[in-house]
Amino acid sequence: MEKQIAIELKNICKYFPGKVVANKNVNLTLYKGEILSLLGENGSGKTTLMNMISGIYFPDEGQIFINGEEAVIRSPKDAYNYKIGMIHQHFKLVDVFSAAENIVLGVKEAGRFSKKKIAMRVREIAERYGFDIDPKKRIHEMSVSEKQTVEIIKVLYRGADILILDEPTAVLTPQEIEKLFAVLRKMREDGKSIIIITHKLNEVMEISDRVSILRKGEYIGTVETSKTNPKQLTEMMVGKKTDLKIERVKTDFEKPLLEIRDIVIDKDDGSRAIDDVSFYIRGGEILGVAGVAGCGQKELCEAIAGLRPIKSGLVMHKGENIIGLPPKKIIEKGVSMSFIPEDRLGMGLAPSFSITDNMIIKNYGEGKGPFVNRKAARAHAKALIEKLEIVTPSTETPVRRLSGGNVQKVLVGREIEAGPNVIITAYPVRGLDINSSYLIYDILNDQKKKGTGILFIGEDLDVMLALCDKIMVICHGKNMGVVHAEKTTKEELGLMMTGALDLTEEKKDKNFGIAKDSNLTEEEWQEMEEETNNENHGKESKGNE
Amino acid sequence: MNVPGLVFGGIAIGIVFLYGSVGEIITEKSGHLNLGIPGIMCMGTAGGMFGVSNYMGMLSNTKSASLLLILLFGIVFAFLFAAVGGAIYALLTVSFKANQNVVGLAVTTFGAGFAQFFIKKFVTTKFLSRASKIVRNFINFEIKSSFGVPIKYQYGVLSCLAIILALACALFFKKTKKGLHLRAIGENPATADAVGINVNLYKYIAIIVGSGIAGLGGLYYVVEYNNGTFDNVLTIQAFGWLAVALVIFTMWRSDFAIFGSFVFGMLYVFNGNLTGTSSLATQELIKLLPYVMTIIVLIITSIFGSKNVQPPASLGLNYFREDR
Repeated sequence: MEKQIAIELKNICKYFPGKVVANKNVNLTLYKGEILSLLGENGSGKTTLMNMISGIYFPDEGQIFINGEEAVIRSPKDAYNYKIGMIHQHFKLVDVFSAAENIVLGVKEAGRFSKKKIAMRVREIAERYGFDIDPKKRIHEMSVSEKQTVEIIKVLYRGADILILDEPTAVLTPQEIEKLFAVLRKMREDGKSIIIITHKLNEVMEISDRVSILRKGEYIGTVETSKTNPKQLTEMMVGKKTDLKIERVKTDFEKPLLEIRDIVIDKDDGSRAIDDVSFYIRGGEILGVAGVAGCGQKELCEAIAGLRPIKSGLVMHKGENIIGLPPKKIIEKGVSMSFIPEDRLGMGLAPSFSITDNMIIKNYGEGKGPFVNRKAARAHAKALIEKLEIVTPSTETPVRRLSGGNVQKVLVGREIEAGPNVIITAYPVRGLDINSSYLIYDILNDQKKKGTGILFIGEDLDVMLALCDKIMVICHGKNMGVVHAEKTTKEELGLMMTGALDLTEEKKDKNFGIAKDSNLTEEEWQEMEEETNNENHGKESKGNE
Repeated sequence: MNVPGLVFGGIAIGIVFLYGSVGEIITEKSGHLNLGIPGIMCMGTAGGMFGVSNYMGMLSNTKSASLLLILLFGIVFAFLFAAVGGAIYALLTVSFKANQNVVGLAVTTFGAGFAQFFIKKFVTTKFLSRASKIVRNFINFEIKSSFGVPIKYQYGVLSCLAIILALACALFFKKTKKGLHLRAIGENPATADAVGINVNLYKYIAIIVGSGIAGLGGLYYVVEYNNGTFDNVLTIQAFGWLAVALVIFTMWRSDFAIFGSFVFGMLYVFNGNLTGTSSLATQELIKLLPYVMTIIVLIITSIFGSKNVQPPASLGLNYFREDR
């Protein structure tokens, strides 16, 4: 049987102000009842292209055909009329509305606005595709995966036949990804056409029927998934062979730089983020922290950097307590933190500032006199742009105008520029393409050679296994054990992440996270602990009065 | 303390704030903080006075004036003039994406100046007291004040209209699809846009209709409350700021605003109903109370308030579709 075409793009071009070519002569065909992966590096124009189908942007040149007829999509409303629905990477939901209210938003329906009827239809859709949803729950009470479910039901409620998902797996745990894929397969059986944007090659291989590849805004080609392999896809995507092997630099054994004992940290809502965790980082070592999203990684980073209070426990930097020091003092000691949050818009950069100004905001205090030294900062910025191959029109372009990957390079680059001795970095390659990721790994390895201790909080286990020396696994705020990357397996890490395996229970005598050659003797640790405990008690009793 | 005077006098002046804040709530629900409301209320005053006095002037005998036509002329012109102020604000902030606070303050200054000039130049105020008598004669009752003398209280159609509008506005946001859409725009315009709601159209309508309603406050003040006399724009402006404060005080709920406006009104007439004299300083301090209460409400809601009792999330932020 001849496959029917659902949507066809012909010679689509889109230009942005400042001579930026986002898409150039893109041709794309989506058949009915198939899952098509759209693959490309960061800034290759995938999202832009999809935004043109969903009516957020309008193409400058080219045509879109839907069911064989030329379509003009000027707004999201038009897209819905053509039965196209897009699930954006940054969810477009109203936080204070319930799931049902979000789902019916903007739907033109005859008759009264009946909450019961809406809830019934939502449940119907949910059952059909195997979703799990409470229509009355408000968005701000939901997890990321629940929010995504609402987004998907929202487009299905509008009768969408063509679904576009922009990096849907970037924020999900492995189990949630499995669930999502099961739903997508059911939709395919139901005759829906799906375009999925993702960076993860294993997901592309797993879910899609065909793969279309974009590179630097241009269409490279389409291949059938069953007739290709990750290596070929990578080649098409980056245009040249990339060595998938990450180098693990060997360094000399150094004394612990940062020692953390029995640390307890709370989340914003008062629940426990990190519960009684001990670990240490040596100079010239990369310690990976693995764990499913939202299990205390962010809070741990913030606590070490002095941005979040520590309930109890000790954080010793070169044998000196840094708990209670203001963030500026901690930076001066050489502890640097860079955290790339889930939405990737960056923590630690001012979006409307230029690269130059963003260089200044961390070290403005160093210069003499009341004026900032913009000349030096500009030179720094220039060096950074060259070194990290940041794509930007100039050093004075606001950071928010850069693509996500380039923003990340600016952030990580600035942190390293300051010459820290401890680097805490969370998801530095989140959402980055392969080339940019390798650049970041190289930077980290360079630092490691210089004797810097690195805490690498990551999500991709393959990368962590290749890059890190040791990996600590956290599950629900508890330390599940520290393993040598060379000696462990992905399966073991997976078990520890889900809490199925707890090495600290199995090998109780091993004292995980306590360095044998600590900067302090056990007696000194004891003393410190008692001291801080007394202080804490003092504070608490004062607070109670 | 003259309790009846405090309550009924408070309600009467509170209606002015109620008009202003219902208008401002509709505007703010679309995500636009319209600080031009004081000026827009001045424009509404000018329009209302112009409409009513022109109608009265057309009659050979003002005794034959009809209540319906006075209201019609007053409401249409007050709404229209205020809507023009709102349209200026909407054009600059919605279409040209100018900073809302700056534009709002500019509209306030412009509106006050415009009203002062327009009323002096084009409005014959001599018929207004006659019109006022007709408008006020709707609900009449007499209550003995604490000072011993019976005082006559009158509420006109415009007082009732304000309360009806406030209730209708609350129902609109709670029960209708259009209300849901408008709330969605104020919370997250990108979301509303992505589901095919015409964000800019809604914003224009909300701002213009909201401004028009706020303008009726000026009409009410001069024609119904103040016996047809207009003192100066500063008074109206002060009411405008109280209306803006009232929006925060009632946490963007127009049904709460009815009671909120009465509370503000009572604080406003507090001095006049005190038995015994108080110093000027005390009087001025009492006038401050509505603002102090607003600040307290803000503090309480921001500390203890749940996520459901908050200002519209994108209040004060302009929406650029192609921005990240």
